[in-house]
Amino acid sequence: MKYIDEFRDGALARNIAANIRGEAEPSRHYSFMEFCGGHTHAIARYGVADLLPPNVRMIHGPGCPVCVLPIGRVDMGLRLALDAGVMLCTYGDVMRVPASDCMSLIRAKARGADIRIVYSPLDALKLAADNPQREVVFLAIGFETTTPPTALAIQQAACEGLKNFSVLCCHVLTPAAITHILESPEVREYGTVDIDGFVGPAHVSIVIGSGPYEGFATIHRKPVVIAGFEPLDVMQAILMLVRQVNDGRSEVENEFTRAVNREGNALAQAVMARVFDVRASFEWRGLGEVPVSALKIRPEYAVFDAEHRFDLNYRAVPDHKQCECGAILRGVKKPTDCKLFGTICTPDNPMGSCMVSSEGSCAAHYSYGRFRDIAVVAA
Amino acid sequence: MDTPKRHYARPLDLKRGHIDMNHGAGGRLSMQLVEELFARAFDNEYLRQGNDGALLPPPVGQRLVMATDAHVISPLFFPGGDIGCLAVHGTINDVAMLGAIPLYLSASFILEEGLLLSDLKRIVDSMAGAALDAGVPIVTGDTKVVEQGKGDGVFISTTGIGVVPEGRVIGGAYAQPGDAVLLSGTIGEHGVAVLSLRASLEFETTIRSDTAALHTLVTEMLAAVPAGAIHVLRDPTRGGLATTLNEIARQSNVGMMLQESAIPILPQVDAACELLGLDPLYIANEGKLVAIVAPAAAPAVLAAMRAHPLGQAAACIGRVTDDSNRFIQMDTRVGGKRVVDWLSGEPMPRIC
Repeated sequence: MKYIDEFRDGALARNIAANIRGEAEPSRHYSFMEFCGGHTHAIARYGVADLLPPNVRMIHGPGCPVCVLPIGRVDMGLRLALDAGVMLCTYGDVMRVPASDCMSLIRAKARGADIRIVYSPLDALKLAADNPQREVVFLAIGFETTTPPTALAIQQAACEGLKNFSVLCCHVLTPAAITHILESPEVREYGTVDIDGFVGPAHVSIVIGSGPYEGFATIHRKPVVIAGFEPLDVMQAILMLVRQVNDGRSEVENEFTRAVNREGNALAQAVMARVFDVRASFEWRGLGEVPVSALKIRPEYAVFDAEHRFDLNYRAVPDHKQCECGAILRGVKKPTDCKLFGTICTPDNPMGSCMVSSEGSCAAHYSYGRFRDIAVVAA
Repeated sequence: MDTPKRHYARPLDLKRGHIDMNHGAGGRLSMQLVEELFARAFDNEYLRQGNDGALLPPPVGQRLVMATDAHVISPLFFPGGDIGCLAVHGTINDVAMLGAIPLYLSASFILEEGLLLSDLKRIVDSMAGAALDAGVPIVTGDTKVVEQGKGDGVFISTTGIGVVPEGRVIGGAYAQPGDAVLLSGTIGEHGVAVLSLRASLEFETTIRSDTAALHTLVTEMLAAVPAGAIHVLRDPTRGGLATTLNEIARQSNVGMMLQESAIPILPQVDAACELLGLDPLYIANEGKLVAIVAPAAAPAVLAAMRAHPLGQAAACIGRVTDDSNRFIQMDTRVGGKRVVDWLSGEPMPRIC
């Protein structure tokens, strides 16, 4: 596959790994957080951790859109599908997110709820146009990557004068979550490990540009290297972070120059700004309430806002008491430190947010890395 | 004396007609459907016996193998095949994976009211062609009709009977540490071909389903090595290669170590999976097999596979390990390691 295989080349990977080993100073530890689930997935799927020296550790951040969707938000979707009889459309990986009372969208579907997997909000829009007698709701989740398509769908619905389409908006913002991890009082209370730098988001940065991370470099003195989602991208970014730390620099650097610039996609940003406004606060699964970290639909588009249209109220539902997702997302604990990990909490029966999608740190470790916990005898 | 009037029945309208509830009621219309469509297409000496069951000769000095498989697929027609040939290949392969020679098939059809007779004819002709090509006749069958909305066009259940010589023991429980893991060709084509037609996911592709009967490939492989050298045969269908290898590891209480770079995959399949956020290791195949063989026999089996049209891209993809955790591990192409776990739920595209 052209443009992909080049970024998965084994010889190049070993070369970068040798550079990381050579340049990381043996006397110190390096802890870097990769924010995005896409990076977590790449690190786990390609076994990137095996190529790093023991003093370079990756902390898996909260950038998995499915994982940070709180129970209460899934419950809102479930109420619409089960009680209000709407046709609920959403992305496939939302289907298994655990909700209250052992429910999930996939289980609600088995109980007769009309829930459809779509690949784009425009598919939901088409379902609304094709089924004028039905209320069609798109359960919109994701970071800045999936937000512009939702905004476009709402604008299109307004343009076409659709009367039966609305959006349950759960879009969240990346920079706010990073800020929260670096400075919120909750984090201080939990305690956190030192984060020496961030592997910055790939697709999110295509939309928002590298500019929004500059504060983390200047104010918080944390190096940020924006990286693509291929294994070589991640490894090159780690090498660049090691170099920044060694030099005492904290800058925003861009490894993903083939797609990201400083300004981002102005057109996408403009569409988002026209349709969405920032919420004062939003609950993230695993992180709790995070101020100015999510989007809501502007009053001009209120008829397309499912919360407004169906008069939905948010009710927060806590995770399982022993679930350590909050501490894991901040890098304080590892998946294996959690009593639930691999026992009652598995990808087939996720209890906490990090086990929901293969981009979550627990699911990634369970599905791709758990052999490291146990010695294996080769034949 | 007047000649008696000849009985006239309007033939089935195979161009524009639909299945209706009468076709399943057991009367003349049911009989007509069976005679004009199924019996005509599948014709063979056992079916011609005309009974509800087929009288078959007993095998001599061999053991019987029996396998059954239900086929439900949407869409019914896909690039490279349809539910008909799939129903024949799937069951033949299940019989062949025990090292058996498939001899007979049965087929039962659950038809949904409203199904186009032209579609049904296309499916039945495809089954007949697949059975003829494979040399395995469909010797008995049944048809039922369900009301509209209670089926998905057509469901086909097939059962196969085959024979295996005394002393040939092949099965999922016989993988041994040190064995070679062989794969007969490129993975993921069937699943991606079907996905490409699913509503709301339509994308244009040249990928065709790999659906095929594998029993002649198995025969060649068995002929290439001494008895007992091939320990396990299995076709990685639903759940893909990853799931099949985990099933074998569980049955045999072993682990495996795979080489990602050795697993053959077409660039189109790789690209489609990349686009959809799917892992080709979990995508269904319908014309591939995994063989776990004694290390000394591996080169000969591999050569026999590559000499067969269905095994040209065959490769050794790893080794069986002694591992009570039964982990399938893999050396990734960038030089790291990962587990290749069981499939968890339906493969769903990732959004990030």
